[in-house]
Amino acid sequence: MQWEVVIGLETHAQLQTNTKIFSGASTAFGAEPNTQACEVSIALPGVLPVLNKEAVNCAIKFGLAVNAEIAPRSVFARKNYFYPDLPKGYQISQYELPVVGKGEVTIQVPAVGKNSAYEKVIHITRAHLEEDAGKSVHGAVEGMSGIDLNRAGTPLLEIVTEPDMRSAAEAVAYAKKLHELVQWIGICDGNMQEGSFRCDVNVSVRPKGSDKLGTRREIKNLNSFKFMQQAIEFETRWQIETLEDGGTIQQATVLFNPDTGETRAMRSKEEANDYRYFPDPDLLPLEITEADKTRVKAEMPELPEAMKARFEAEYGLTAYDAATLTASRDLAAYFVATVQAGAEAKPAANWVMGTVSAKLNAEEKNIAESPVSAVQLASLLKRITDNTISNNAAKQVFEALWAGEGDVDAIIEAKGLKQVSDSGAIEAMIDEVLAANAAMVEEFKAGKEKAFNALVGQAMKASKGKANPAQVNEILKKKLTG
Amino acid sequence: MALTTEDIKKIAHLARIEVSDSDATSTLTKLMGILGLIEQMQAVDTTGIEPMSHSQDVVQRLREDEVCKPNLREAFQKIAPTLGNGSHEAAVDQGLYLVPKVIE
Repeated sequence: MQWEVVIGLETHAQLQTNTKIFSGASTAFGAEPNTQACEVSIALPGVLPVLNKEAVNCAIKFGLAVNAEIAPRSVFARKNYFYPDLPKGYQISQYELPVVGKGEVTIQVPAVGKNSAYEKVIHITRAHLEEDAGKSVHGAVEGMSGIDLNRAGTPLLEIVTEPDMRSAAEAVAYAKKLHELVQWIGICDGNMQEGSFRCDVNVSVRPKGSDKLGTRREIKNLNSFKFMQQAIEFETRWQIETLEDGGTIQQATVLFNPDTGETRAMRSKEEANDYRYFPDPDLLPLEITEADKTRVKAEMPELPEAMKARFEAEYGLTAYDAATLTASRDLAAYFVATVQAGAEAKPAANWVMGTVSAKLNAEEKNIAESPVSAVQLASLLKRITDNTISNNAAKQVFEALWAGEGDVDAIIEAKGLKQVSDSGAIEAMIDEVLAANAAMVEEFKAGKEKAFNALVGQAMKASKGKANPAQVNEILKKKLTG
Repeated sequence: MALTTEDIKKIAHLARIEVSDSDATSTLTKLMGILGLIEQMQAVDTTGIEPMSHSQDVVQRLREDEVCKPNLREAFQKIAPTLGNGSHEAAVDQGLYLVPKVIE
């Protein structure tokens, strides 16, 4: 039987605010335990939550960025459960009336094997504001667990998709796109190691062609795209094998173990959750007006989709190149800075997506850390355009720039990479080459086109690669046929 | 809607409240009374009336995103709960609140 995997994601993005969602305690990462846990964070009796304006602004920004309905009125609810890192005994979240409604995100799924790259729209079901819990620390004190409530009350936006994804590649493409988007609009720092961006993945399988959803299992707390890919692939295989062996899938929460590459169900007793949601009487309905949306919109940067369209129109880039360059705000900024510093758009795009990105990947750096600045890249590209150096020589100059060996012109000079464009000198050199390779000249005259290329090769070799290839071609042609 | 003492036990467990068998029976009677009241309210025709999420008809006030809470860890940890093992000392160590070991 042919199987189809169905995937939906729930992502917790930690919002970039100075303070917690319901109190004025700092949210800075890495502070000493409980030094940022105020009376609201630790739930002393009698304290009341007061909603952070910036957290609401972040939710509005996200809603605008995914073309979603932003609720004119949304409601906070209590999600009741007991755990030591949740001192109130409930988490303040949103349930029936979330702040952000249906929206969409367009993803670019890269080519894999014989499948070519494609775009797909992923539907957002909702996004809601909620507070994070604290952290349990094991091992600090023998036989006990320690509780650090610094993180308790940190604002989160939980972003939920429809079960729209049909492969691990699509799920990862969505997660990456969302990861870039929340950073692009400045609502989340995207730091996955520090837990600022965490994904839960719902996976189910069904016979291909069926329109009924299978029973899902939820993979919790994936904090890297690599693990997400591995976890989904393992989980999918496991579910298919279980069903083919005549078994059934029980709804469960599973954890991924990076060491074994396997997923494993948590104890099913933990699953008997009954959160008894109800509207939090400590909080009034949140109202968002058209004026609020207009104000927030004015603070937002140009969105990736709009920038992509502009790159196509303004710079004549292909849709694919424009999408690649707008994959992150830093990459787009680097490209624009290169063009603004005088480089032509198309070669600049090719270099940023090609040589520069390859080098960054090899050294696991991001574009903001590139040792070659956009201005340096532009001066390098200008030296190709004005025929000072060849494309090949430019690659050598780029390596030297990367290694910090000085500015473009100094490197060209020091390495003797300047192209010879003096036609007199090239002509003299070609005369020598023709005299030394009389046999090839005869072959060419006898109609062997290949001999021409061999002569070009000889001429380039004689110039140690420094002659302008276009000129060599032209002069050689003139001498042989003229 | 009819409840059983089993339901009472389950609700009590979810709220981590210990209810003895005899208390469960009397609680059941009281809860059924409340549910009866709700049934009475549900009989009212509410067509076209928007559900309320709060008893006051006002909207949420927002706070500026400025840090205003000082670090009061020392004061809070002085009054932290004890471990309930006869000790009267607040269960804190190395800045952490201590709880019985939570097994992952």
